[in-house]
Amino acid sequence: MNKTTPNEISLEALIAGDRAEFARLVDEYSSPIYRLGLRMLGNPQDAEDVLQNTFLNALTHIQHFEGRSSLATWLYRIAANEALMLIRKKKPEVNLEDVEGEEEAEDLRPTQIVDWSALPEDELLSGEGKKVLDAAVNQLPESLRIVFLLRDVEGLSIKETAEALNLTETNVKTRLLRARMALREQLSAYYSERLTARSEK
Amino acid sequence: MTEHTHTKCEELLGSLSAYIDGDLNPELCHELEKHLAECDNCRIVLNTTKRTIDLVQTPLEKPDLPEDVRERLFKRLNLDHYLTPKPK
Repeated sequence: MNKTTPNEISLEALIAGDRAEFARLVDEYSSPIYRLGLRMLGNPQDAEDVLQNTFLNALTHIQHFEGRSSLATWLYRIAANEALMLIRKKKPEVNLEDVEGEEEAEDLRPTQIVDWSALPEDELLSGEGKKVLDAAVNQLPESLRIVFLLRDVEGLSIKETAEALNLTETNVKTRLLRARMALREQLSAYYSERLTARSEK
Repeated sequence: MTEHTHTKCEELLGSLSAYIDGDLNPELCHELEKHLAECDNCRIVLNTTKRTIDLVQTPLEKPDLPEDVRERLFKRLNLDHYLTPKPK
């Protein structure tokens, strides 16, 4: 086994128990994992718990890492588990398993049909725009949000997202579509107001 | 704001996300593109969905780990010895 990531983290060294290499792994992946925790749990304290538990878990199990997935996917899998476990503990009423009506497209039907896609970047990413976007992501149900964060924010492939969450690829695609459509609706409602305001200037 | 109710649109809506990911089979892809050429509403939904994903992926969305969180993490993992300034 001689796999390395783009930043040359050596899996061989990690498995051999090289602490310096593990520290490099921590620096490489702690930011995205903290972000994931923050987005899933909504507060810095819980995000820090997710972060610490992820790497404690990784440290304990790295010797048994078989390389069936990439190191990154393996870490995201641990992090997603930690985040979902904490959500189950803190909000037992949240349904993380199935998305109700998963196969039905009916509630995906767009209601906001305004083309704001050509608005300039600085307007789309104004302070207020960012807040709307953040709020929209945070409002997604947890079972959709985790799929969306791994795939669209952290850039995992559909296959990697499925591996990290122990879902089928079909399931990932369905949840991703629902998440994207829900966000689009929210952003469209906000930006169509901006468009109207511009045209009235 | 218009209510979007065309039957064809609803059928193809489920393929939109896979289309954006370049993950749609050629036959459906062709069908969707043909429909997009004729349907303003679906084109708007496609463009704004793509833009939504772009916006979420902008670097501004990715703040670094706070230094105090990093320090506590290294201590928790007994990696204090390696706690050097984070490489840029």
